[in-house]
Amino acid sequence: MLKQIEGSRAMAEGIALCRPEVICAYPITPQTHIVEGLGEMVRTGDVQNCEFINVESEFAALSVAIGASAAGARAYTATASQGLLFMAEAVYSASGLGLPIVMTLGNRAIGAPINIWNDHSDAMAMSDAGWMQLFAETNQEALDLHIQAFRLAEELSMPVMVCVDGFILTHAVERIDIPTQEDVDAFLPPYEPVQVLDAAKPISIGAMVGPDAFAEVRYLQHYKQSLALRLLPEFAVEFKERFGRESGGLLRTYRAEDAEMLVVAMGSVNGTIKDTIDQMRDDGIPIGLVTLVAFRPFPAEELKKVLVNAKDVVVVEKSFAVGIGGQLANNIDLALRNTPGAPRVHSVVAGLGGRPISRASLHDVFRRALVQPWEGAHFLDLKHEIVAKELHFVRKVRQSGPTAENLLRRLGADGAGAGALAGANIQGGRA
Amino acid sequence: MFEVRIHGRGGQGVVTAAELLSVAAFLEDKHAQAFPSFGSERMGAPVVSFCRIDNKEIRLREPIGEPDALIVQDPTLLQASDVFQGLKSNGYVIVNSNKSVEELHLTAIASKLPQGHMYIVPATELAMSHIGRPLPNAVLLGAFAALTHAVNIDSVKTAIREAFPAKIAEANVAGATAAHDTLYAAKAAA
Repeated sequence: MLKQIEGSRAMAEGIALCRPEVICAYPITPQTHIVEGLGEMVRTGDVQNCEFINVESEFAALSVAIGASAAGARAYTATASQGLLFMAEAVYSASGLGLPIVMTLGNRAIGAPINIWNDHSDAMAMSDAGWMQLFAETNQEALDLHIQAFRLAEELSMPVMVCVDGFILTHAVERIDIPTQEDVDAFLPPYEPVQVLDAAKPISIGAMVGPDAFAEVRYLQHYKQSLALRLLPEFAVEFKERFGRESGGLLRTYRAEDAEMLVVAMGSVNGTIKDTIDQMRDDGIPIGLVTLVAFRPFPAEELKKVLVNAKDVVVVEKSFAVGIGGQLANNIDLALRNTPGAPRVHSVVAGLGGRPISRASLHDVFRRALVQPWEGAHFLDLKHEIVAKELHFVRKVRQSGPTAENLLRRLGADGAGAGALAGANIQGGRA
Repeated sequence: MFEVRIHGRGGQGVVTAAELLSVAAFLEDKHAQAFPSFGSERMGAPVVSFCRIDNKEIRLREPIGEPDALIVQDPTLLQASDVFQGLKSNGYVIVNSNKSVEELHLTAIASKLPQGHMYIVPATELAMSHIGRPLPNAVLLGAFAALTHAVNIDSVKTAIREAFPAKIAEANVAGATAAHDTLYAAKAAA
């Protein structure tokens, strides 16, 4: 049924259709509306056989989900940013124990400086914690990925994070097709756990493992994720047959067939990139797009097949690892490792802390990659002037003070703050 | 694609207005995308929301920098910020005020737009008489429908009725209808 609703609400309705049995969450912007919606549905009885557990922290939220999952319940939680970091130990526990929890991550920057807006820093901080990570391009896909995530998680007995751009998707109201319970039930069978804590048949989960078997446990985790590389495309095909639309899989391409330049990106920015590519195609530039859905497992082989025929690959990502560069770009390098004649990889870091990514800026940087390529990461729309002033200042003054506050003052002094209310600079980060 | 930017202050239903507008467009089988200027929703603080309307899927996720229409829910923002930034040369403007274009010092901006593209609507007054509270958002959508035809007033009414409990909805519908009819009459007279 088509509805014009907020992305968070649509996800809540989609998750409800997956018949979760335990939902535990702690509120954190921008994920809160999802669990609020679910809490309401549990209270009104729209979700049956489900316990909504209020917890005192994110660490507790995931710990309760771990307990519930180990007891054989279909368990769900959601978080963002600092919330994910606060549950970090349990994030590793869930994957190490092989518990098929599904968690929505309303992608948000990580402080300091404190910032509630969207980027992918949180997902990247936990990308190597053993969870599978799927990134949604639209709110429709965000809903659809949850259905596939439960299927995938339970098939492999491994947890899955569904990564959804905070605010840009979670708070956008748009047209979303809510599937029927019948279709979701047909796609997602009831949860059959591979391990259950049952008082009648006691076992222990989470034994200490020494040097004699620890590596093997890790190896099997990796092996399971490699199985997802086969399962995800299969699920996407089956999903399309039943629901009539493309969602999920490992990756998708757009106007990529004859493209000499391929852009790679994850999440909602793909929509803006597609519009940019259409404009550039009209100008005769052979450019296309690879939308990466699965970041973990990382579909290196699939990516290589798609990318290897391009001359240039531009990776646009909403995250940055200080001291080394964009994580996605680095992973793309891995996909092209030891490939003769591999395309040149250009790394673009964009949208950090919620800075809007515009067609105009993307257009410029894609053209620049052709005519004036750069080394390392290019920060899209970086305000070079205030950076230069700050660098100059700290060179001169030992007690130069806190960087973030200095930059905010410079923004104000330059008038960049005052004029930023409307248009592209609207999310100037002065909340 | 028709792009609308709504300026107001926290508590005036700026975000709700964009959502209602998107629902009205959805009811006409159009694609619509409503989103807020994230994070700034505090009582009294300047708030901006956006709505895109198109006949095909909307993929674009950047904020609206060059709107086809502006709704200004709070006239005090006219001094505080450049709400007109990026407005298209053939764009539409609705300002909530009981003053005139001249009194609001908007003559220069109005003269750059096609004749009859800027209207001042006393939406807070209409809201007070119909709703009993200074909530101009739904009222202004009635005027918006009359001015731009981007959505039909009937769709706006249905969107309002879907969003609110019956009593509040009917009060807002009455306010929106009054604004719509007044602006329609003003356009006919011009």
